[in-house]
Amino acid sequence: MSALTGTGTLARLVLRRDRVRLAIWVLGAPLLGYALAQSVVSVYPDEPARLGYATTSASSLVARAFNGPIAGSDLGAVVVAETYITLALIFALLSTFAVVRHTRQNEETGRAELLGAAVVGRYALLTAALLVVVAANVAAAALLAAGLAGAGLPLAGSVVAAAAIGGVGVAFTGVAAVTAQLSVTSRGANALAAAAVGVAFLLRAAGDVLGDQTDGGVRVESAWPSWLSPLGWGNQVRAYVDDRWWVLALPVALLLAAVAAAYALAERRDIGAGLVAPRRGPASAAAGLLSPAGLAWRLQRGTLLGWAVGVAVLGFSMGIAGDEFNAMIEENPAAAEAIAAMGGGADLIDAYLAAMLGLFALTIGAYVVQAMLRVRGDESDGVLEAVLATGVSRGRWLGTQVAAAALGALALVLLAGLTTGLGYGLVAGDPVGRAVDLGGAALLRLPALLVVAGVVTALFGLLPRWSVVLSWAALLVFLLLGQLGAVLELPQAALNLSPYTHIPSVPAVEATALPLVVLTAVAVALLAAGAAAFRHRDVPS
Amino acid sequence: MPVIEIGNLVKTFGSVRALDGLDLRVEAGEVHGFLGPNGSGKSTTIRILLGLLRRDAGEARVFDADPWRDAVALHRRLAYVPGDVSLWPNLSGGEAIDLFGKLRGGLDRRRRDELLDHFDLDPTRKCRTYSKGNRQKVAIVAAFASNVELYVLDEPTSGLDPLMEAVFQDEVRRIKADGATVLLSSHVLAEVEALCDRVSIIREGRTVESGTLTELRHLTRTAVTVETARPLTGLEALPGVHAIREVDGRTHLEVEPAHLDELLGHLVRFGVRALTSTPPTLEELFLRHYGDERPAAEAAGVNGRRAGAR
Ligand SMILES: Nc1ncnc2c1ncn2[C@@H]1O[C@H](COP(=O)(O)OP(=O)(O)O)[C@@H](O)[C@H]1O
Ligand SMILES: [Mg+2]
Repeated sequence: MSALTGTGTLARLVLRRDRVRLAIWVLGAPLLGYALAQSVVSVYPDEPARLGYATTSASSLVARAFNGPIAGSDLGAVVVAETYITLALIFALLSTFAVVRHTRQNEETGRAELLGAAVVGRYALLTAALLVVVAANVAAAALLAAGLAGAGLPLAGSVVAAAAIGGVGVAFTGVAAVTAQLSVTSRGANALAAAAVGVAFLLRAAGDVLGDQTDGGVRVESAWPSWLSPLGWGNQVRAYVDDRWWVLALPVALLLAAVAAAYALAERRDIGAGLVAPRRGPASAAAGLLSPAGLAWRLQRGTLLGWAVGVAVLGFSMGIAGDEFNAMIEENPAAAEAIAAMGGGADLIDAYLAAMLGLFALTIGAYVVQAMLRVRGDESDGVLEAVLATGVSRGRWLGTQVAAAALGALALVLLAGLTTGLGYGLVAGDPVGRAVDLGGAALLRLPALLVVAGVVTALFGLLPRWSVVLSWAALLVFLLLGQLGAVLELPQAALNLSPYTHIPSVPAVEATALPLVVLTAVAVALLAAGAAAFRHRDVPS
Repeated sequence: MPVIEIGNLVKTFGSVRALDGLDLRVEAGEVHGFLGPNGSGKSTTIRILLGLLRRDAGEARVFDADPWRDAVALHRRLAYVPGDVSLWPNLSGGEAIDLFGKLRGGLDRRRRDELLDHFDLDPTRKCRTYSKGNRQKVAIVAAFASNVELYVLDEPTSGLDPLMEAVFQDEVRRIKADGATVLLSSHVLAEVEALCDRVSIIREGRTVESGTLTELRHLTRTAVTVETARPLTGLEALPGVHAIREVDGRTHLEVEPAHLDELLGHLVRFGVRALTSTPPTLEELFLRHYGDERPAAEAAGVNGRRAGAR
């Protein structure tokens, strides 16, 4: 078939371009699955603990909404409840980004035109991308099955569970194939695909919340909306309990239907064109845009708004869940111990709230890295050169970006504290007082975020070519030290590398000024080092 | 006092010696052509002049100031069009133009609207939807709408169609008439011939030729085609005459400008019936430096931009 000519060659090209990314995904996701499963196994070692967990998970609407419908009190079912949604989202998002990267992004940058002029069929580029991404899902799922079995779970159930998660990746591979045809830009295609993931999450959450509690209270039968969601299908497989293989036909069917739709759309449009027309903008700039600060706000506001909505929803839910958490820990001393270790105090609900604020601070670290790395993006694509050839100095430009990222981080941590406090206050009393208290406690996390901004700035100044990879690596290290450090009993010297380690875990413990002052000083030193290096180096480099 | 003065400039990237003792002098009020093949160091030179890159050795002065130390003050007096324009994808073209203008210190609204019209650019489209040529136009409009003393243009017309090329040339003439200085790096030799008062030709990071077009022409040979009543003899003995060929009863040859007079004195003795003399095009100058392994006749016809007799 001539429309597919060159697919093999292009697939090799995709593999070649993405060998590092694919390797990180195919090895990293199963490794994460193994680590998570391992820690769940150690927290719920015996039947009574798992029974307690399963009963709470099946009764709690918040647990149903976030973790999905628990299938029973088997060890495997508990592991699925704790890890499924994280892994499924990782597979879904990595699949969509990979598909868009090799289809729409190629068209956007004109690479596709170059390839299209060579002896390459009309569908070859899309097919090559799909082949590689589906293969990556299969490989990652196979390794994940091995990882779950390695963590001490039954082999057959592990294969089904991993296949269910791989199935989510396959389903969203198909979705991305369609969104890549619809939008003219890769950003737009990614946003559409991510929106599809969001809708799938909401449908699944709705179906699971509306479902019935059965089997002596340790199991949830989801309502029909869950069956409309590719994220829900993975739960309906009921790995380790019923092992319903046939449900996996759904993601495969979706993939085939989506690919057929994508081919039909590709047939109907020109290379580079889309079906969603790009919007127009104003013919001249509003006064508010005409400064580095105005520009930074304009470029960041969309991202910041997205983060704000996510943080608020999550904070509010976590706050409301605080009350159910009280009930759960009464039944499970092992979980209580884990939370106390994370939060670091005696009063368990305060430890829980402190742990939540800590998690928010880590997550918002990703916002800071993302916002700061815009500077490097501007440098790589050439905008920075054009800006620095105007009357804007390097110091002013960099300072504006740092200020924008820091203000964004401030707004987000404050919002996280306020919404968590409000949510908990609504179920436990005194919503306003608690919102104010937790808002203040959340602000104490800001110095750690400033250190993150400092790390990115220093890398940008000193090692610009490595700054993207190393910045994310640094945040990942902080995350692992914070989340797994206590579980893995790492030495204190290692834990001290992360700025998050030094933040007093308010409200579980009293606030102390010294660590905050020291962290702020470290942040300032890193920022100054980065700015000095930036002022003395070549642009672009 | 020259606007740009570069002496013995050196810049290395790791093991690549991008600039290797480059010299360049641009006088106030002139349009200076900056010519060289890909990778010869034009963009690197320009980035040093803008204080974006740091020089390793040599001198570089713009308005008699150090472009690295006094970058911001200098930038208020100049406008830059990069070789490969990239813009903020979610801003409209009009917003990007206004932003560059403002960051540079203000722009002339009336000129801006005129330029949008001349270049036929739709300012309401998002930058992400612009082609390379349209992105180039955004940068050109932003630069020409600013009132500055120096324009630094790095291959500004790569990606523009011939119609827009003509508009561009008109605009350059206009800013020159207003007294501005222009450094124009270019590949398009016809553009340089049409616009530039003086040119510098560089190769592998070094200046190989610099001067007015007339001066440069004197360094190279004029092509002569002649038809005579009697068979033409004795040409080989004349000084400065090369590449003599007989085709269909006409004689083609090349002569060094200094020996043109002697050649003509010789020719009239044979009864000249027809004579054409073609001064070297810039293309031939260019190819003489870069394509010296190629025979002149082949080189002259390489890409058909030959300007013809004048
Ligand atoms: N940032 C850089 N790193 C390494 N090499 C570079 C860099 N910038 C330019 N070069 C090299 O320097 C030489 C001159 O490049 P450039 O100034 O862009 O040439 P031109 O603009 O004349 O085409 C080329 O060999 C190019 O590969
Ligand atoms: Mg160049």
